[in-house]
Amino acid sequence: MRDGGTLLRLLRDPGAMPALAPAEWDVVLRQARHASLLARLEALAESAGLLATLPSRVRARLESARANVDQQHRLIRWEVTRIRRALRDLDVPLVLLKGAAYLHAELPAARGRQFNDVDILVPVERLRDVEAALLRAGWESTGMSAYDERYYREWSHELPPLVHKDRQIVLDVHHNILPPTGRLRPDPRRLLEAARPLGESGLRVLAPADMTLHCACHLFQSGELHKSLRDLSDLDALVRGFAAAPFWAELTARARVLDVERPLYYGLRFARRLLGTPVAPDVEPALARMAPPPPVRAAMDALVGLAIEPDHPTRPRRRIGLARRLLSVRHHWLRMPPLMLARHLTHKALARGRDTG
Amino acid sequence: MKVGDVGAHELAGRLRGGLDLDTGPFVVRIETPIAALAEEVRALYRDFPLDEGGGLADFHVVVLHPPGPLGLRRWWRRQATVILDEDRPFEPLPADMAVPMLEWSINWCAATRANQYVMIHAAVLERDGRALVLPGVTGAGKSTLCAGLAHRGWRLLSDEFALIRPGDGALMPWPRPISLKNVSIDVIRRWAPDAYLSTPVPNTNKGTVAHVRPPADSVRRAAEPAAPAWLVFPTFEAGAAPALTRVPKARAFFRLADCSFNYESLGIRGFRTLSRMIDGCDSFEFRYSRLDDALRLVGALPLPPAIA
Repeated sequence: MRDGGTLLRLLRDPGAMPALAPAEWDVVLRQARHASLLARLEALAESAGLLATLPSRVRARLESARANVDQQHRLIRWEVTRIRRALRDLDVPLVLLKGAAYLHAELPAARGRQFNDVDILVPVERLRDVEAALLRAGWESTGMSAYDERYYREWSHELPPLVHKDRQIVLDVHHNILPPTGRLRPDPRRLLEAARPLGESGLRVLAPADMTLHCACHLFQSGELHKSLRDLSDLDALVRGFAAAPFWAELTARARVLDVERPLYYGLRFARRLLGTPVAPDVEPALARMAPPPPVRAAMDALVGLAIEPDHPTRPRRRIGLARRLLSVRHHWLRMPPLMLARHLTHKALARGRDTG
Repeated sequence: MKVGDVGAHELAGRLRGGLDLDTGPFVVRIETPIAALAEEVRALYRDFPLDEGGGLADFHVVVLHPPGPLGLRRWWRRQATVILDEDRPFEPLPADMAVPMLEWSINWCAATRANQYVMIHAAVLERDGRALVLPGVTGAGKSTLCAGLAHRGWRLLSDEFALIRPGDGALMPWPRPISLKNVSIDVIRRWAPDAYLSTPVPNTNKGTVAHVRPPADSVRRAAEPAAPAWLVFPTFEAGAAPALTRVPKARAFFRLADCSFNYESLGIRGFRTLSRMIDGCDSFEFRYSRLDDALRLVGALPLPPAIA
């Protein structure tokens, strides 16, 4: 099945760009901006040698998005040097995650990747040392409620977000890639052991298979559905970039070891359906074993198909809203046990009531 | 077809569904059900062409009356609010501020999204192919000077934005309405009695605000860029004798960078573009209190020496 609107079509096939009518560009550029994918469209057009064939107004918009992303990347690189300096006396492995990892490892997934936070992974037993060192070096808490602070510290896989007092880039310090309260429990020691050094920089990134699995875990597992298409596009770029021989076998093997087979299944399923991501034929049997029961799969197909594309006036708003709510329920369900979930949602509902009342 | 060629009733109808205005470097889609705003758009943008590019707009601005709690705002203390795609950068304001809100919103769109240009907060005018750039903080008298010169032989390129094309350093025109504040409104009414000014709106956070319709010739030539020649930092000072003081290039560079919306975010490209501009310009500080003096002194500036 190949579904979705123009934005998905362009992500699948940048060659379709020159034939787009101005009114189609009008919608797709706004959707891409909303989904943080404008600069990725620029990167795709540039790789395909198509920039010069596009209407000048389209080119100007893509050029502007490119300039923004170039600046973000400069800021992120600088921020990483500051983090490294703050932690240099700790003798702790500094593993970059997500965008910062793609950027420092010079992966194709960094091209046009829009982001303004840095994510790092450190061993859980060093979390206190790392936090203390960062606070000494000028990072501060972003000022959240006591409840949220506690939520992060007890039930999540990262510290409450930090930001340096002189800069604006958010730093998320992770000790795992999924929350400890969730159904899936990857062992972070395995991730750290397999991480790869980046030259002499003292920085590390996850091994290719682990990096891909982390990206897949983020899809539909994080609460931010409007970013899912960007995450899916990352997954597509990672898979295409890594697709040399040992990668596929490692990917399915590591998914089993790390207990994240279902996220991998969904990630590849939707990357393939929506973005045409190539999947090696010999991993099909392994993937088939990771599949959920058919009714669940059918439900996910329907919900994700609706929810993942950014809004625009011609799309069915009510059905999309419902699909997103259901996926959000699923996200919470996977994240914590029922009683804890009930407590958390009750607190959030009461807090909302206080804010608006 | 130009905005002014469309009948008032028809234009209001088209604005309700979204009207694509070709403002030069950007196509702006304005959508509003507010009749009073439609009238002012028709007057201020009279000479601008409707875009015929097939429905691709750069900025999408919706101005409407928010219903408020229980829809009460529809009847009582009406407001206007703007939606820019999914962004709502401004709080709703009283309904009579719809015109300044529209203008601020279009500026906001450019300042946050048009990084294909190096953007300076400056008025730009042109004579004989060479441009005068007037960067300015609010209150420096930039817009008054701009409106004054634009009605005495200088071509208006822009009141708020110097849009510099990084490739060749050319200044791209964006001749939108000129925003006047407080006493400047009467100064320009006396200076240019034939100019159209929108109905002054009191009590905005900038005081009383009115907009001047850009001269028709400036709008007609909105596709003709100009090379910068003079960089003049104005300061209005009541009763002061006019004084034009040369500013050294290094100092001019940093003052210019200070007035830029995106110099830092463009990295080396921003640096090279501003360096080239400073190299090709003579830079001055200009203290003034009367438009006559300004017209005489600025008009007499010689062309800067050509750079090798």
